[in-house]
Amino acid sequence: MRIRPVGAHALLLDCTTPTDVPEAALVEAWRSELWRRRERGDLIAVEIVPAARTVLLDGLPDPTATARQLTRWASAVAAAATGPEHTRAAGHNADADADASAAANPDADAADVVVPVSFDGPDLPAVADHWGVDVSAVRQRITSTRFRVAFCGFAPGFPYLTGLPAELALPRLATPRPRVPAGSVALAGPYAGIYPGASPGGWQLVGRTDLVLFDVAADPPARLNPGTTVRMVAA
Amino acid sequence: MTHPGAIEVLRAGALTTVQDLGRPGWAHLGVPRSGALDPAALRLANRLVGNPEHAAGLEITLTGCTVRLTRATTVAVTGAEVPVQAGARPGDTGRPLSVPAGTVLRIGPARRGVRSWLAVAGGIDVPPVLGSRATDTLSGLGPPALRDGDRLPLGRPVAAPAPVDSTSCAHPEPELHLTLGPGPREDWFTPTAFDRLFGSAYTISPVSNRVGARLAGAPLPRAVAGELPSEGIVLGAVQVPADGQPLIFLADHPTTGGYPVIGVVTDVTALAQARPGTTVRFHGPQR
Repeated sequence: MRIRPVGAHALLLDCTTPTDVPEAALVEAWRSELWRRRERGDLIAVEIVPAARTVLLDGLPDPTATARQLTRWASAVAAAATGPEHTRAAGHNADADADASAAANPDADAADVVVPVSFDGPDLPAVADHWGVDVSAVRQRITSTRFRVAFCGFAPGFPYLTGLPAELALPRLATPRPRVPAGSVALAGPYAGIYPGASPGGWQLVGRTDLVLFDVAADPPARLNPGTTVRMVAA
Repeated sequence: MTHPGAIEVLRAGALTTVQDLGRPGWAHLGVPRSGALDPAALRLANRLVGNPEHAAGLEITLTGCTVRLTRATTVAVTGAEVPVQAGARPGDTGRPLSVPAGTVLRIGPARRGVRSWLAVAGGIDVPPVLGSRATDTLSGLGPPALRDGDRLPLGRPVAAPAPVDSTSCAHPEPELHLTLGPGPREDWFTPTAFDRLFGSAYTISPVSNRVGARLAGAPLPRAVAGELPSEGIVLGAVQVPADGQPLIFLADHPTTGGYPVIGVVTDVTALAQARPGTTVRFHGPQR
């Protein structure tokens, strides 16, 4: 863990580590701890923004004092990140293979958000080719994965979902589509994502859902918040 | 008092949007902060008409705009140096103007600077989205940019206009000097990059907008090749894409980005008035 300076009111917690603690698990442990600390009043921050390997804290009254707090909390957070809960949910466990299906996973808890997906995306055959399997195995792999929202970005409510093993990472399309329909379920890099609204996009489309992901009248407005665990089921 | 009235848009101009102090606190969901590019100028306009400082007004860009006020009210224009005309009467920026019902208010093209803020007593009362009425040009949250013929409801005035206030019109300099603190990704750049950043002049590119001010000048060479995994972005972050030309993020910036941020500009409000071609120089926090 390294604390990087970000202007006069912010800090970037860099979770890139030389240790074998997975970055996504450390980011999630920090996000969870920092949100909890803020709720309790131990920490004043306008924004706590997890991302791929970092957590940004913005709107800090005194970044130097916050940096000291973070240093004090670091060992407990690192310990939490290596605990069974985080490694499992972050999908970095060694046995997260294709057969770890939803049925076989007794840990799937009621708090998982279930996303019904029609697997009819135009890039499904390309993804199958890339993975060296057939289309039904792609569907099987996705529906048997317990995802976690690592962070949101790109558009309001767009979740970056971790859970797929690193070796299944996919390239983005060489030429992004000018318009990806709302609800598109897509893959790129190590992530799965769901487009909350229609937008241009370069991810590989494997399906779509009717689940509303972002509603400004809802509380919270995003259906899939950072930290939320997600299951996709065939619609 | 009966219905609090409305603003009718007769000429929307190049880009006129509803802005308040934005919607901070939602970045973890991918929601940009948005809000007036110069919050102090909007706050001043609001004080002048008796509004709370966070009330929504109009942010007007370069070519001006023309509106009709359906009720008698008080208005104030701050920001760029612009001609103001209330009906047949010439007005002025930086002070409250009382106008009768039906007044056509013309904000002309900016003589200096880029953006003006128009406050109306009672504020623009479009429905708030996540606590803010601001138009976010990146994500599309909030009301769309104004078009000719739009009608925006006004709120009820809550206080008397301020008879006196400390006002200062924007006086855009031909050359902007911005304070920049290095980081978070200073180690992604070579020492040459910092020599160039602090030692050479950049100019504001015409493709700048509410998302960011794009600069043109000596490219900033990277010490680390490859892609940076997405990370959180702050207001004023200076991102350096593959071509090495820096971009300073403004209010509608994305919440995360995948290009390294070499440093963060302490105060970006001067950029709200910087026209394309304006020279920008950076200096470190200790000058």
